[in-house]
Amino acid sequence: MFSITTILYLTASLFCIGIYGVLARRNIIVVLMSLELMLNAVNLALVAFGRVHGTASFAGEHSGQIFTLMVLAVAAAEAAIGLSLLLVIWRRWHSIDVRKLSRMSG
Amino acid sequence: METKLLWIPLLPFIGFLLNGMFGKKFGPRVVSWIGCLAPLGALAVTYSSWKQLTGVVDRLDQVVFPWIWLEGILEIPFKLTFDGLSATMCLVITGVGSLIHLYSIGYMRGDAGYHRYFAYLNLFTAFMLILVLADNLLLMFVGWEGVGLCSYLLIGFWFEDDANCVAGKKAFIVNRIGDFGFLLGMFLCIVHFGSLDFGVLTDREIIAGVAASSAWGMPAVGATTLITLLFFFGATGKSAQIPLHVWLPDAMAGPTPVSALIHAATMVTSGIYLCCRLMPLFESSPVCMAVIAGIGATTALFAAFIAFSQNDIKKVLAYSTVSQLGYMFFAIGMGAFSAALFHLVTHAFFKALLFLGSGAVIHAMHHEQDMRKMGGLRKQLPFTHMMFLIGTLAIAGMPPFAGFFSKDEILFSGFMNAFGEGASGQAQIFWGISFLTAGMTAFYMLRCLALTFWGESRVAPETVNKVHEPGGWIAFALFALAIASTVGGFLGVPAILGGHNVIGHFTGLHVETSGLSAAALETHHAMEWTSMILSLVMAAGGLVLGYFFYGSLADVRKSLTSENPIGQRLRHLSGNKLFVDELYHKVVVRPIEILSWLLFFFIDRLLIDWILVEGTALVTRATGDFFRRMQTGFIPGYLMTFGCGVLVLLYILLNILTGNGS
Repeated sequence: MFSITTILYLTASLFCIGIYGVLARRNIIVVLMSLELMLNAVNLALVAFGRVHGTASFAGEHSGQIFTLMVLAVAAAEAAIGLSLLLVIWRRWHSIDVRKLSRMSG
Repeated sequence: METKLLWIPLLPFIGFLLNGMFGKKFGPRVVSWIGCLAPLGALAVTYSSWKQLTGVVDRLDQVVFPWIWLEGILEIPFKLTFDGLSATMCLVITGVGSLIHLYSIGYMRGDAGYHRYFAYLNLFTAFMLILVLADNLLLMFVGWEGVGLCSYLLIGFWFEDDANCVAGKKAFIVNRIGDFGFLLGMFLCIVHFGSLDFGVLTDREIIAGVAASSAWGMPAVGATTLITLLFFFGATGKSAQIPLHVWLPDAMAGPTPVSALIHAATMVTSGIYLCCRLMPLFESSPVCMAVIAGIGATTALFAAFIAFSQNDIKKVLAYSTVSQLGYMFFAIGMGAFSAALFHLVTHAFFKALLFLGSGAVIHAMHHEQDMRKMGGLRKQLPFTHMMFLIGTLAIAGMPPFAGFFSKDEILFSGFMNAFGEGASGQAQIFWGISFLTAGMTAFYMLRCLALTFWGESRVAPETVNKVHEPGGWIAFALFALAIASTVGGFLGVPAILGGHNVIGHFTGLHVETSGLSAAALETHHAMEWTSMILSLVMAAGGLVLGYFFYGSLADVRKSLTSENPIGQRLRHLSGNKLFVDELYHKVVVRPIEILSWLLFFFIDRLLIDWILVEGTALVTRATGDFFRRMQTGFIPGYLMTFGCGVLVLLYILLNILTGNGS
């Protein structure tokens, strides 16, 4: 299988792609997707660490995976809220371009 | 043995990736090549794997990788299995699927989303193949959800029209309700069997042990009964049975080849496949079998009744699909799994043929689907008319077309349960319903044929001269399916007609009758002849009635449905689809809307907006207002306050120092 370093390179690059997406894209849907990408990069890292550093006990061995399931559940809630916000924004301003949504600033 | 099973779903998946990512740059020519070669390649691999299945080797396995692996607790590999049952399904999916891909080249030509269409269609094929090749329930669930997603994407393919999106959402949500049953069933399997492997779940000894215990947390219900009922609920969602049948007629919003592939030939049959795959498990629960038979027969009757008065040619076919799926479940409930699978295969042929035929008509009529604006098309579309006629005869169950053999086997299994040894009144009712439905099927299909192709032309004058026969791939696919619908029945010729039910033996679902004594065998055969003749008379009766009612005796029909009060009421019920959608709207949708409104008002508006957000602001402001009064700028006032403060402090300090505190 792959070494931990390889996996960490992969997660780091996934994370960076996610950051780039969040910062540079204007479409909110893509921003949300990039956010998910970052979360999943972290998940992958968690699973990899769990595998390397897991202790002999059942919970120790699978703590990385269990934590990942936690993150997935939270991410699902986050996606639901994010998408419903998106709907409200669309209904109100007929635009999902983040740069046009600067009403909150002074 | 070296196997290439993974390539069967992988090829369409590669097709999806290529067309999905680069389709726009490729142009329609390359997209068609990739889109059609992918399922054809899968068909070739399936065929060569099927060749490897000899009498000695009855299954091929391939473990791709260990997937979910908790040592000793739950071990789920990503494993594909190719046995008689999945081989049959794979051949249908890739065979009929390839033809429909080819047909789509003609049907979708010039569409703006051409590459997107082929990408989705390939993705669907890949997921469907995973569904039938999976060796455990979880992997099957991946395919199960995947085909649901593709169905959603393709129903709402023309997403500019809001109605199509609504239909897609409806299909997806109703399917999710069924999936919930599937999920719960899987959890119970983990609890009771400790495994999701089909090998374990179909082991009759293990099942007997589990069947004796009661379900987890529900002492009153047997474990296998609850598990199978939950799986059946999942199947009603995917296979459009009562109470979750409402999505399939709406799913006709998608392109017609999609209706043929997903909503007639393959995806909607995955519920049947699930039952066949878990045959020993289902057989262990008589309660569940009775429920399945009842729901199947009822759905067959209801859907056929609704099909009587639909005017959209695709809606008629959609309700007919629901009805035929009901037939298959009826067969499963009667214990005739092999008959159900046989009907699944022949139905895939003739229903795909009917849908593609209707697609050819719709294409020729420039996207007109209302049969009231057709009629007399036989002269302009003689080839399509021939194909549609073959499909109609096949679905009505006329020999020697495919539907005859499979439907006859189903009706015979019902007949045996109703009048053979150990007959019950309940089984007699179910048989009666399905027998009646055989006649109704013939009638409404002939109505559809007559309204579209026969009689006076009601075509709008501006399109009448533009109607043209389909060419190229459309005609080719129709012709190939017509051949399959004609000879497909010979896969399962019953013993009394000199065959030996090839498909039943190949899939391993056939229940042997050879153990019977000569006398018992003779009664068995006599009953089979009776059943066959009865169903033939019924189907022919339906056809003849339809022929006259929509031909020379049209006046009688009109007076029956518009003057007779019972006829009027029936027509009203049928035309409004028995008001199931309205019922669901009142019972499910409205309460959810009201609950959402209450949540919105009390939680969101009142608690969060008013109390928490505006409330905080209000309190801060009120406090500020109050204390602002002290900032009078009047120095003696300040000194006064200062003095009072000092006094209070002194008082406290003295109290502490004089020992009250110690």
